[in-house]
Amino acid sequence: MKKIYSVLVENRSGVLCKVAGLFSRRCFNIDSLAVGETDDPTTSCMTIVSSGDQRTIEQIEKQLNKKLDVIKVKTFDESASISRELMLMKVKYNKGNRRDIMEICDVMKAQIVDMSKKTMIIQICDVPEKIQLLIDMMQTVSIVEVARTGTLALQKCLETDV
Amino acid sequence: MLGADAMVRCLEEEGVKYVFGYPGVAICPFYNSILDSEIDTILIRTEQNAAHAASGFARMTGRPGVCAVTSGPGATNVITGIATAFADSIPLVCITGQVNSALLGSDVFQEADITGAVESFVKYSYLVKDAEEIPRIFKEAFHIANTGRKGPVLIDVPIDVQNAVLSKFKYPEEVNMRTYKPTVKGNAVQIKKVVKELSKAKRPIICAGGGVLLGDAESGLRAFAEKYRVPVVSTMMGIGVMPTRHPMYYGMVGNNGHPYANRAMNESDLLIMVGARVADRAVNQPDLITENKVLVHIDVDPAEIGKNVGPTIPLVGDAKYIIEDFMAEEFACEHEAWIDTLNGYRDTMGRVRRPNPAYVDPAEFIRMLSESMQDDAVYVADVGQNQIWSCNYHIVKNGRFMTTGGMGTMGYSIPAAMGVKLADRDRQVVAVCGDGSFQMSMMELATMRQFHVPVKIIVLKNNYLGMVREYQHYTYKDHYSVVDLSGSPDLEKLASAYDMRFMRLRTMEGAQETIDAFLEKDEAVLLECLIDPMDLVK
Repeated sequence: MKKIYSVLVENRSGVLCKVAGLFSRRCFNIDSLAVGETDDPTTSCMTIVSSGDQRTIEQIEKQLNKKLDVIKVKTFDESASISRELMLMKVKYNKGNRRDIMEICDVMKAQIVDMSKKTMIIQICDVPEKIQLLIDMMQTVSIVEVARTGTLALQKCLETDV
Repeated sequence: MLGADAMVRCLEEEGVKYVFGYPGVAICPFYNSILDSEIDTILIRTEQNAAHAASGFARMTGRPGVCAVTSGPGATNVITGIATAFADSIPLVCITGQVNSALLGSDVFQEADITGAVESFVKYSYLVKDAEEIPRIFKEAFHIANTGRKGPVLIDVPIDVQNAVLSKFKYPEEVNMRTYKPTVKGNAVQIKKVVKELSKAKRPIICAGGGVLLGDAESGLRAFAEKYRVPVVSTMMGIGVMPTRHPMYYGMVGNNGHPYANRAMNESDLLIMVGARVADRAVNQPDLITENKVLVHIDVDPAEIGKNVGPTIPLVGDAKYIIEDFMAEEFACEHEAWIDTLNGYRDTMGRVRRPNPAYVDPAEFIRMLSESMQDDAVYVADVGQNQIWSCNYHIVKNGRFMTTGGMGTMGYSIPAAMGVKLADRDRQVVAVCGDGSFQMSMMELATMRQFHVPVKIIVLKNNYLGMVREYQHYTYKDHYSVVDLSGSPDLEKLASAYDMRFMRLRTMEGAQETIDAFLEKDEAVLLECLIDPMDLVK
């Protein structure tokens, strides 16, 4: 079972290490992890995607809450969230496949953000499955390197939200 | 005022009486300042034991034990002691000196990333980068260590921070941490549910863990068990929650527990676990304790509930307050037939031993010893066969039983007993160890002599690492590997080297006289008991 943990933490050095260490020590998986400062510079938000059985999922939340640098933990399903990931991909191109690449980018709503005579950088911001799909589509051309942010997610808007 | 002076002032504000430790350059400013304070320093002979001694002190006083060691090897040596306290939820504040903060990360002499290394064994840790933060950090550290689920907190202080000048010292009156607010009171709805189950139950039982003692809830639990006639069993860390001979107490559960205690727990229809982790040695098959029964799990740490076993009714909070809430409810609770059944088990399912008359029988010896000990004496058991015999045969009257059930760190008993004795000099304190565990801490005989800490030590000597030998006996069919302890020192000569009184017991003949002489005066004595090397706890 996949779960997204949105973890609000104190914005201090060493906190990422403590949270990541907790996952490794307790044998919890991390599928993806993204960290950034929030609107309040004293806090950071970590978006962690993890998977496991019901007991593991419950333990992850409890163990996170036990950490003294953790302010708040929100756990939700992918379906209850709006999630996005950003990927930059550098590919080699030639005259023969340039048009194909541009077409794929068009269909996938990806943008070409940089170019040289032999390579280009494609940018896509979408749900993780779409990003995987673009990688699959590009397997036919030669991918030089890829950088991904990991999933960012917020719980969907609810009528009960403040 | 210097950072080091501020550190000492903080300890004074917290009412600290003893600091257990070992100096080195990086903690020298602190040890220089503490000379002008009323706080006594105890120079332990290896840093691990500083944490164990602080642990004994903490368990006796209910206040965090304090140790202070230097950077690098001093700090890494103390880790095992910290991990032991963490596993047993003992409140400690460990201060480590650190190299100059400008040099952090450059691998200079005696630098160790101690906050990083100790992360999974502490409740929290601090690296102090600004002397002005010392009062707040110390206030928080003592608060964190001794509230909620108790545990060790480490404060790493670089030498330049200890030497920095503080503009003003003000010890905060309160702690204000947005991330730390442990639950104390139990949820009222959950409490009502438990009460309802209790009034329905035909075969209720309470399994008390170390959390009951840490939460100062033993008298409440005893009153509750008596009022509603609920039988009590305990884990190893829960021994002493009830006097051993209390009619409602049915012994220790687990792999090494009493068969009747395990049977009582398994046959119950309502099991109330209080302050117990449901770890593997106490509950071998967690599934069994949820089968055909209602399981109530009470713990101050929400993460313990559901970790090893899924309870029917989870109840988060401090055992003391939760038991008070139970006591405030009036309900009928009748199950005399169940108590009769358990009494039958207790009378008929005792262990049968066939002691070798050529040696001291540890079971009978421990029974005689505890009968002879003062009513409120403290018995500190080490780790190994000695621990299991102690758990099974020591009779707690109105004193305390201490051991490390969580981490099982050999060598715990002597330094911990020193901490206990320093916490209450009027108590009779006996440390019981094997010849393996004794040799892990025998350097502390010097500390006992130097600081006049008259702990009584018993060494159950069988020339083997007995617990491992027993495991190899069963698992590898007597294929003994690396468990022979021949080469051990002559304990009589060793005792005389430390000006310590020495006694030896070879068989059970004259055991009572030896025990009486051993306990007679408030002095340090080393009593060696020769145990059959082939004796087994099971």
